[in-house]
Amino acid sequence: MTLLKIPKGGAVSTLSPTRVPASGPKSRRRQSAHRGHATAAWLLIAPALIGFLVFAVYPTVRGTYFSFTTYHILSPAEWTGLANFRQMIHDPVFWHSLRATLYFVVLSVTIGILVSLLTAVILHRLTRSTVIRGLVILPFLISGVVAAVIWSWMLDPQLGIVNVAIKAVTGQRVEFLGSSALAIPSVAMISVWKSMGYNAVLIFAGLQTIPGEIYEAARLDGASEVRMFRHITVPLLRPILAMVVILTVISSIQVFDIVQVATKGGPANASNVLQMYIYDTAFSQYNFGYASAMSLALFAMLTAITFIQLRVSRANESDTN
Amino acid sequence: MSLLSSTQRVAGKPRASTRPSRPPIGRAAAWIYVGVILAVTIFPFYWILRTALSSNDALSRDPQSLAPVGLTLNGFGRVLGLVHGNATGTLSALDSGDLLLYLRNSTLYASLMTVAVIFCSTTAAYAFSRLHWRGRNLIFSLFLVALMVPGIMSMLPNFVLIKDLGLLNTFPGLILPGALFSAFNIFFLRQFMLGLPSEIDEAARIDGAGPIRSLFSVTIPMTMGPITTLTILTFINTWNEYFWPLLVTNDKSTEPLTVGLASFQQNAPTVAPDWGGLMAATLVAALPMLLVFVIFGRRIVNSIGFTGIR
Repeated sequence: MTLLKIPKGGAVSTLSPTRVPASGPKSRRRQSAHRGHATAAWLLIAPALIGFLVFAVYPTVRGTYFSFTTYHILSPAEWTGLANFRQMIHDPVFWHSLRATLYFVVLSVTIGILVSLLTAVILHRLTRSTVIRGLVILPFLISGVVAAVIWSWMLDPQLGIVNVAIKAVTGQRVEFLGSSALAIPSVAMISVWKSMGYNAVLIFAGLQTIPGEIYEAARLDGASEVRMFRHITVPLLRPILAMVVILTVISSIQVFDIVQVATKGGPANASNVLQMYIYDTAFSQYNFGYASAMSLALFAMLTAITFIQLRVSRANESDTN
Repeated sequence: MSLLSSTQRVAGKPRASTRPSRPPIGRAAAWIYVGVILAVTIFPFYWILRTALSSNDALSRDPQSLAPVGLTLNGFGRVLGLVHGNATGTLSALDSGDLLLYLRNSTLYASLMTVAVIFCSTTAAYAFSRLHWRGRNLIFSLFLVALMVPGIMSMLPNFVLIKDLGLLNTFPGLILPGALFSAFNIFFLRQFMLGLPSEIDEAARIDGAGPIRSLFSVTIPMTMGPITTLTILTFINTWNEYFWPLLVTNDKSTEPLTVGLASFQQNAPTVAPDWGGLMAATLVAALPMLLVFVIFGRRIVNSIGFTGIR
């Protein structure tokens, strides 16, 4: 892989010039070396900068503004202060969808991380085959829409192969996506199926950075596989595990495509996750003000969760670094 | 990255020599686990193919057969607009041949987006890593903050903006918000370019090349590896994008496959849905990604370790 060939020390020499004192012959030579840099630099970052200002900063500011207004897209936004947030506090659907989202996040993160960790550790001990790791990430390459369509066929209560198998064993059919109790767990299962391999390969890469000598020494001391896993693998893997957890939480809090295609938020709001509710509020009820307010709340939650997780994982870093 | 590969090489050898000492039962159980995981991963893909090759009547009579039942290419014929109606002459939305339009739209959308965002990110990363100018660190840290803001926060206002610009149902409307700026791509490429030796810039300068010529003649060729990786990942992500296209397109002249497939699924009759046709459409929608996988699979697997973000 060409990617792995990084010349040593290169990073240091390119970073240092900014700290050179602004006097003496050396700095003058530096400045002439950098002549034309500023013009070229502004030219080269211009597209990214415009994209950043117009499609990232401006909409974020504007979205925050919308959340304090009543805005039905056809007429101009009208400032109503905290009305949207007051409505949110008294909106049972909002609280319901928040609970549904958290239920989904807890299920898909715990099951997803456990299965991918186990898969990564086992693959790491058994084989270095890129083919097997490749097959495992296959679901990561297809869209959530495709994953949801396949699984709604396989989980179909009448003809789906999963239900045919369940009926053969237990004599009963199970309404996976069509029952309020099972809608969220089923959707979480589809999400785990889609992202498990990707996370496993990510953790696998982390495992490859742990020196084999450590296991060697532990084995000489008579440590069992389970003990080695608990006392070597888990502590040394903590930084990458923290990253995988954060990424999975962030993406599953914003789950939309799988839910929208597999259950449309139903039955009867059972799987109406937050992003689904925001989408409906904006595009079925055209209530952009309220939808923006809920987006802002989601943003605040994501920021808080990321911050807490970073703090927690950093607090534990001392035993790894 | 270089660190990772070297420890990996060191780590590989001694462990291989100790393998036989592990209990064989544990190894067998581990292989069984891997087998189950692989089966659960791959079976749905086989099931798409099996269903797509089956006729709907046979599917309802014989749902459990592992091989295609009532073997037919009718499903593919219908979604590709070659055949109209199934054996019983029933027409559905799938028969219109719209899938080919969706396929074209997805190809255009993903290609244009990928080319644009990789180009803009490469030039920006170069300015942030190889050029010296005032404000460089300030702007770069502002860019990094954007990594923290979730998509939903900017998507509704971006929809309003695209609508006000009159760009709903157009490719510029689909592409613009993502085409110019990608904090992750810039961050990733900058990180790599920082590691290139500074001598190459001096050599280029002595040869009389300005910063921009040196970008195209020296830096980009040396960064081809990461650029290729990001190109593949961006293409996959754009191809699979659903939320944004759902907001800005509602016409088959611009709707990509994800939106089209979802509408097929949602408009299917609840009684006796056309599973054969739907799975044929699903296969066509997933096929380009499966091709990408066959061609670039090894590269994707190896890149996941150090990109770390989807």
